[in-house]
Order: sequence, then C-alpha cells, then structure tokens
Amino acid sequence: MPRIGVFVCWCGSNIAGTVDVSTVSEAVKNEQGVVFSTNYQYMCSQSGQDIIKNAIRKHNLTGIVVCSCSPRMHEATFRKTAAAAGLNPYMVEIANIREQCSWVHKDMLTGTQKAIVLTKAAIAKVNLNSPLTPGESPVTKRALVIGGGIAGIQTALDIADAGFPVDIVETKPTIGGKMAQLDKTFPTLDCAACILTPKMVDAAQNDKIRIYSYSEVEEVNGFVGNFDVKIRRKARYVKEELCTGCGLCTEKCPQKKVPNEFNMGMDNRRAIYIPFAQAVPKVATIDADYCTMLKTGKCGVCSKVCTAGAIDYKQKDEIITERYGAIVAATGFNPISMDKFDEYAYSQSKDVITSLEFERLTNAAGPTAGKLLRPSDGKHPHTVVFVQCVGSRCAAAEKGKEYCSKICCMYTAKHAMLIRDKYPDVEVYVFYIDVRTPGKNFDEFYRRAVEEYGVHYIKGMVGKVSPEGDVLKVQASDLIANKQLHIDADLVVLAAAIEPDKSARSLATMLTASMDTNDFFTEAHPKLRPVESPTAGVFLSGACQGPKDIPETVSQAGAAASKVIGLLAKDKLIGNPCIAHSDEMMCNGCSSCERVCPYGAITYVNKEFRMPDRTTLVRRVASVNEAVCQGCGACTVACPSGAMDLRGFTAQQIMSEVDAICK
Amino acid sequence: MKVSYFPGCTLKTTAKELDAYTRASAKALGVTLEEIENWQCCGGVFTTANDEIATKLSSIRALTEANAKEQPLVSVCSACHNVIKQTNRAMQTDADFAFRVNNYMRMQSDTYTEYHGEARVMHFLELLRDEIGFDKVAAAVKNSLKGKKIAAYYGCLLLRPGKTMQMDDVENPRIIEDLIRALGAEPVIYASRNECCGGYVALDSPDSAAKQSRKVLDGAISAGADLIVTACPLCRYNLIKNGKSDIPVVYFTELLAEALGVKETEDAQ
Amino acid sequence: MHNKDNVTERVLRISGVNARRCMKCGKCSASCPSYDEMEYHPHQFVYMVESGDVEPLLNSRSIYKCLTCFACVDRCPRGVEPVKLVEAIRLEVIREQGANHLRADDVPAKIDEDVPQQLLVSAFRKYAK
Repeated sequence: MPRIGVFVCWCGSNIAGTVDVSTVSEAVKNEQGVVFSTNYQYMCSQSGQDIIKNAIRKHNLTGIVVCSCSPRMHEATFRKTAAAAGLNPYMVEIANIREQCSWVHKDMLTGTQKAIVLTKAAIAKVNLNSPLTPGESPVTKRALVIGGGIAGIQTALDIADAGFPVDIVETKPTIGGKMAQLDKTFPTLDCAACILTPKMVDAAQNDKIRIYSYSEVEEVNGFVGNFDVKIRRKARYVKEELCTGCGLCTEKCPQKKVPNEFNMGMDNRRAIYIPFAQAVPKVATIDADYCTMLKTGKCGVCSKVCTAGAIDYKQKDEIITERYGAIVAATGFNPISMDKFDEYAYSQSKDVITSLEFERLTNAAGPTAGKLLRPSDGKHPHTVVFVQCVGSRCAAAEKGKEYCSKICCMYTAKHAMLIRDKYPDVEVYVFYIDVRTPGKNFDEFYRRAVEEYGVHYIKGMVGKVSPEGDVLKVQASDLIANKQLHIDADLVVLAAAIEPDKSARSLATMLTASMDTNDFFTEAHPKLRPVESPTAGVFLSGACQGPKDIPETVSQAGAAASKVIGLLAKDKLIGNPCIAHSDEMMCNGCSSCERVCPYGAITYVNKEFRMPDRTTLVRRVASVNEAVCQGCGACTVACPSGAMDLRGFTAQQIMSEVDAICK
Repeated sequence: MKVSYFPGCTLKTTAKELDAYTRASAKALGVTLEEIENWQCCGGVFTTANDEIATKLSSIRALTEANAKEQPLVSVCSACHNVIKQTNRAMQTDADFAFRVNNYMRMQSDTYTEYHGEARVMHFLELLRDEIGFDKVAAAVKNSLKGKKIAAYYGCLLLRPGKTMQMDDVENPRIIEDLIRALGAEPVIYASRNECCGGYVALDSPDSAAKQSRKVLDGAISAGADLIVTACPLCRYNLIKNGKSDIPVVYFTELLAEALGVKETEDAQ
Repeated sequence: MHNKDNVTERVLRISGVNARRCMKCGKCSASCPSYDEMEYHPHQFVYMVESGDVEPLLNSRSIYKCLTCFACVDRCPRGVEPVKLVEAIRLEVIREQGANHLRADDVPAKIDEDVPQQLLVSAFRKYAK
C-alpha cells in the first residue's frame, strides 16, 4: 500500500495570500494513501526540506506530493530532498499551486478550492508512480559553432582554450562576420580590424579549432552529447590546401563587375576573390554566378596565372559528417531592407545610405579608402543627416520591427563623432526619438559627441528625404523647438533596424530549438539561463539571441563557451527516465509511433514470440532507443493499440489525475 | 471585358474631357465601361470618423451595384477612387460599421443583400496595369509620345493611405511612370510627385494651397518636365491656378487617348 | 459648451485612435505639409487628446488646415493615425448647430469659373454639416 505525504508550501504570501494553506493540507488528509499532511512557510528552505526528510523517515513514506511553485523551479530540489531521505526521486509529484493557482486568482475561496483539486490530482498520480532509474549516455568531446563572426570566434576560442576540439562552420568564404566590416568600435574608438583580426588568426592557428568556411550545416540528428551533423562544404573551385592567398588570380580575373558584398555593394570585385586582406582562411573563392569559365567554359585566366595549381573548375560540393557533444548557434544579424521606408529615398538616391554602408565609407579598406565622399559624385559632403530608429520600434510588422535594435544609438554617436573629428567643416545632425545609451562609458560617449564634437542632436524624426538636384532635402521635426525643420543635406545615413540572419530559421528547425516571433533564438530562461536554448546541448551566442553590441556579444560568447565546457567535461550524461517504452505484446507493428517521433528514437525489430501452444511467431514490434528518446510523448498519443506508454506519465496516471480533478 | 464605372460629379461638369478620354481609351483597348445607374456624388473626401454612415452611402450604393453584376468598380478621378476604396475597406474591416450600413440599406430596399466589401475597387490606372497590361497598351499605341518629358503627379489620394489603397509603393510609386513609358514618352522623377496639391483647402486658405502646388510645380519643372499629368480634377485645378501657365497640366487619359489615336475621334468628344 | 471629459472620450471613440500608442517621435509632424499653417501640430493633437487637453484644439484654426493627405497615417511607426484625431475634433466643432466653418453664402466670393465641383463638395464635407 502506498504511504503518501503531502507538503503544502506558503511561499511566503505568494501562495498563502490567495490560498488557505491549512485548509488545503487538512482537506487532503483522507485521500487515498495519504498518511501525513502538513504546511510550511518555505518548503524549499533548508528547514522545509528537513520537514520532508523527517516525515519520509518517520512515516515510511513511499511517495510525496509537494504543493508549491512550478516544477520548473523546484522539482529538482525536492527530488534531491527525497533521495537524501532514501526515497526514489521519481516518487515525488509537484502540485503547482502558485503559477497555476495563487498567482492567477484573486479570491481566497476560489484559490483554495483549486489548490485542493490540484493537490488531489497529484495524490492520485503518485499513488500510481513507480520508482525509476535514469540511464546514461556518453558525451562526444567536440563542439560545433555555427557562425564565424565575433560571437562564434570567441566561443570557439574559449572552448578550445579549455582543451576541447571545436569546429566553426561559416557560410561566407572567411570568418570575421559583421565586425570585420566595421571601422571603429564604441565606446573606445579602437579599430575593429585591429582587435578582431588577432582573434581570427588565433582561431586559424589553434590546433583545437577547425574552420569550415564557405560551408553550411545541412542536417542535424541525435541529441545532447551525441549530435550527428552533416556539413556542406560548398565548392569554391579553389583547392583550399594549395591556395597560398597570393591574390594574383583576383587581380587578373577579367570579370570585374561583381558587386562587392564586403563593401556593401559600393564597389566591385572580381569573380574570383578574397573578401578582404586579413581574411581567414586567406584563400580565393570563385563566385559561380559570375565566373565566365564556369558559366560558358571559356576563360580560365585564374587557372593560368595560379602558380600553386589551386584552381579546380570541376570541384563539387562536399558533404562531411561529424559527431558533436554540443552545438552553439552564432548566426548573427543583418540590417533590414529599406524597401518599405522609401520616404527616406534609399532607393532613389545613392547618397542615402545605411549605417553599415557608412562603416565601409569611413573604413581605410573601404571603397573610398576611408575618405568621406558622397557615393553619387565622389564629392566631399558638407551636411550629413543621421536618422535613428529606421524600422526599429515600429509597430507595423509588414514594415519594421517592434523591438529596439539597441546598437544604433551608440554607433550613430560614433559615426557623428568620427565625421566631426576628421572633418570639422561638416555639420552633422542626428534625429532621434530617444537616445538609449545604458552601458559602461556609453552615455559619456554620446555626451562627448554633443559637447566636444558639436554634433546637433535633434529630438524628432525625419518625415521625408527628397532628392532634388544634388541635394537631399530633409524635412523633419524638432519637437523641442516645436518646429518643422528643412535641411539641405549632402548625405543621409539611416540607422536600419537589425534582424536575425535568415539562416537562423532553418537552423532552428534542424536543432529543434525554439524561436520568438522575430526569429531570435529563445533562451531556456530569460534571466537565469540566458545562453542555453531550451533544447539540451544547444547554446546561443551573440545577436542570434537578440540585438547586441560587441562587448555584450563577447561576454555572451564566453558564457556560452563555459556552458559547453561544463557539458563536454562530463564523461556521461544522466538521462531522463521519463521516456517511452512499448509493450511488445500489444504492439501491432503499425509504425505510427516511428513516423511521429521527432528524435528518430523508435525503430522496428522482428522479434520471436513464444505462443501458448508452444509454437513461435515472428512479429514486427517497436523498440525505443532510450538514449535518444526525450520523453515528449508524441508516440503514446499516436499509438492506436495503447502499447506505447511514457514512464512517469503513463496513460493510467494521467487518467487518474483527470478523474481526481473531475470528481 | 466589362467593368462598372463610377465617373463622379466633376467628370460630368468641369472635367468632361477626363471622362471622354477615359471612355475613348477604354473602348480602343476593348474595355466596356458600364456606368453605374443613378450614381451619386462620392462626397469628394472620405470622412474618417467611424460614427458617420450617411457620408459613405453613395459609395455603398455604387459598390453593391457593381458587386451584384460581379464586376470590378472602376473610377478615374483620384478622389472618387479614394472615397470608394476607403469605404469598401471599412466594410471589410469594421464589423460595427458594416452592420449599421447593412441595416440602413435594408430599410431602403427589400432586395438589398448583405454586403461586406466583396467588390473589387480599381482605379483606371490599375485596370490598365493589372487587367489590360502596359505591354498591351504599348502595343496599341498609334502615335508614340517619344521625345516628351512627362512628370507624373500622383498627389495624395491615389496612393494614401497605402494600407487601404494598395496601388503602388506610397513613397516611390511607378504606375504612372510605367504608363508614360508604355506610351513612348520619358517619365521625369521628382520628389514632390506624391505630395498633396493643397486639395480642398484651396477654398478656405488659397495661400496654403498655392504653396503646396508651387512645390509640386517647381519640383516637376526643375526636374526638366515639359508636361505634368494627373488623374485628379482638383489637383489639375490647383496646379493650373498656381502654375501661371509655366507648364501644361493634363489628365493622363488625354495622353493615353492621344497615343492610342482616339483623341480626335467622336468617342472622345 | 463642451463637456471636457466627454469631448475627449467622444473624439477618441469616433476617431478610433488609441493615442497611448504614440511614442512621441514626431514623424507625423515631420511629414505634415500643412505644418507651418498650424498653430497645433499633428503630434500635439495626439498628445493633447491623450492628456485630455482638447479645448485649445477645438478653438484653434489648425483643425481647418489639415489636408487629409494621410502622410501622417502612412509614416507613423506606431499606427496612431493622427489625421483621424484632427478630423474628429473638427467634427466635434462643426456638428454644433451654427458652427459651420463654410457657409454657402460665402462661396461665390471664393471661387472662379474653373473651380471643379469636387472642390466645393470636398470643402463642404470637411467644413460644414
């Protein structure tokens, strides 16, 4: 006979404020199996746990119900408490009378009644619980980092530093990401390349790190500790191991009219190219969309000039498969398209640019060699207007993003300051809704732009930019002066909202990692588990989780790495014993469960059964791989014969809970 | 193809040529315009207040007639199109408004059938672009307008509110420019082409309307246009009144009729 | 004449505008072609209605200066639609008996022979009830 103890927690006034806890502990005293019932102020405290432990020992309890907060908070606590008192931890049930009861009700009577019902349901279930023992699975001691920007590089370096091998998969021909395109970095104004390229080189030279550039993740199978990942190494038509990066091919290639994405399309590159001087790996790549040889079979100049014999027009995509213990998503961000904001005339004038384009325009390695020149006519601008929040904080989902993009206030202050520093003759206007600069030395930085550099910050938005002749007529609000302003500008810079890279969505599907409505990866807990995805073994680094600047990205990258290291340091993972199992006698071999299993944990085997008449019969039955099963329960619902059941959540247990509630 | 046609008050009076050129061009392109029976003036402007239904009923009557014939409702005056389209949108999205309108209309006629914005509302420009196709229009051109530099003037009502009108990119439209190209001429792009001409304010504050119109005229002239085309009689009035014959302003259908070779025919008179 | 609280409530109701959505960016006023004609500007209409300060708006000529060009509607990042507030306040005024802003008797002096019907009907619809 079960001997059950019930422990009702007050959670201070969190529960006791809306639930009469004594009435609850009293009301369930005579439920089936209950031999002990009490309540206490903080059940999760040391003394609360002692009450539980003592009761288990004194009353020889075989199961307990703790009426408290969500099992997400303290289920693990109370399982450990039970284990310490010699009770199997899976003989513990939580009745959530806080999040699902006291917090959502105002009336004491309603709250108390509901708490009693929830408690009775948990008692009914624990009556049917049986002790469970979790299995173990091994951990592959290698990590995969998807994305080779500053987030991915830093995560990989930190993991490698702890001695674990790590692979970076980067879709572009080089690692470096957005940071490689930036000129200076706020709030210290050190050059982005000067601080990034040493890290790129570190990654390239680290014998624990492999860089798969120009590659994409194609398929992910398996589970925490044992992910099997297929990686497509796209054909770059250059043998990476032979290419010396001398760049001769990129000078001789006759196809000169390819928009240079590294410079945001503001100049051209060749069909064979190395994105920038410090690229890692420093290897040429042929752009198949533009290469005359690949398109028509006539040319071959790069092959002729290559002394290393690295050009291979016949190269094909290659798929490699590798097993990883942990995966880090670091897929980064992009500025949104300006198509829906043509009141700013982005598509109508070359002199209306985005902030990322401006970075290239002030960068010594950019299309103007760092000179501030108008893209349209190469002239020196005298008046520059910056527009903040273009597409950020925008409630119209078809146009922009409802969130604040977070980085724009600071980079715009930086841009404005850089212009005034190099060209004091240029008048700089910044139109803003709010200036948001919470960060170490951030507000001081913005104030320097105003006070030392004389940037004109104007509270108000720009309504329209009208290209007329070679000026851009800017019509804007000055809300503090209560005036409409008309400024003749030579250059307009738009702080475009940022959004997650498009690849993130398909990656999330492959990883079964969740995303929010904006396609940012969701963290396991917004405050307490900020770098973990809810999917075990998947971690988040950088702007793929939310808008972030470089300091924050680097901190998060380190945090993600430490979580990965913590996982890879284990030799075995303790699994979840609440997994599916099939009653072979009832299984009719229909394969329904196999089809719905999202983890590929179910296979079918032919098994011999001894019949009552002593003959044998071979039947096809489902078999669950216990290491792979995550206990989602999809198979138990799909199974038409009722053979499939979930340990710890059997159909009988669930029904007994429902019965207890409906009684 | 047959469509329902809502000409509007001005096309029967001071803008007769807009109506005549529209009909002649439609005929030349194989489109029959069936004028709505006993149509009433649209009111010129859409009242945004959601407690008014009386000011929107003339649109409802035209819409339900077109809907009963299963024809798109086409108009050519920007203002009529705007009022009818905004009213139709309100019937689709504002259940309370639709409820009151339907109740009222039922009182007027026993045969009235409930309406929730099912009719398709099209401007004549959209008919040319989406139903006939500018390529077909180009193929039907007899007198190419080659060499002419023409500024399209949209004004506000053709395009705004963009969510409702859905004709083109509100900030950087191209439908009239594409038509101009189809007719063989060269469109001139200038920033004030989607700014308001001053509209009805011309009566109350002529100076304010003059300022608005001047902005449009100066924009088109400095961009090198020889001619401005518009779809709206009020736009045309404001531009001509404040243009002091700096630049001619004509309806786009006049250009169309001219290019199609039907401007001087009986149909256009 | 106007009950202050009722007016604000009525203006919000017939306009269907949720003034609380405004984040005070001023893009409406930055877009308004009639800005310089107006004593109170589009963003002020939103702010003043939100704070229940409608009386000055009712008495201001600004309500007759709006062109209803919908630029503020299309460009507002928060979907506030300031034009509807201007219209609702104007209606609040002209719906009072004898408060028409345009009278038929005034028209002959204001027009020339080229005036399109559209101008007259529009002006009457906007300025008179």
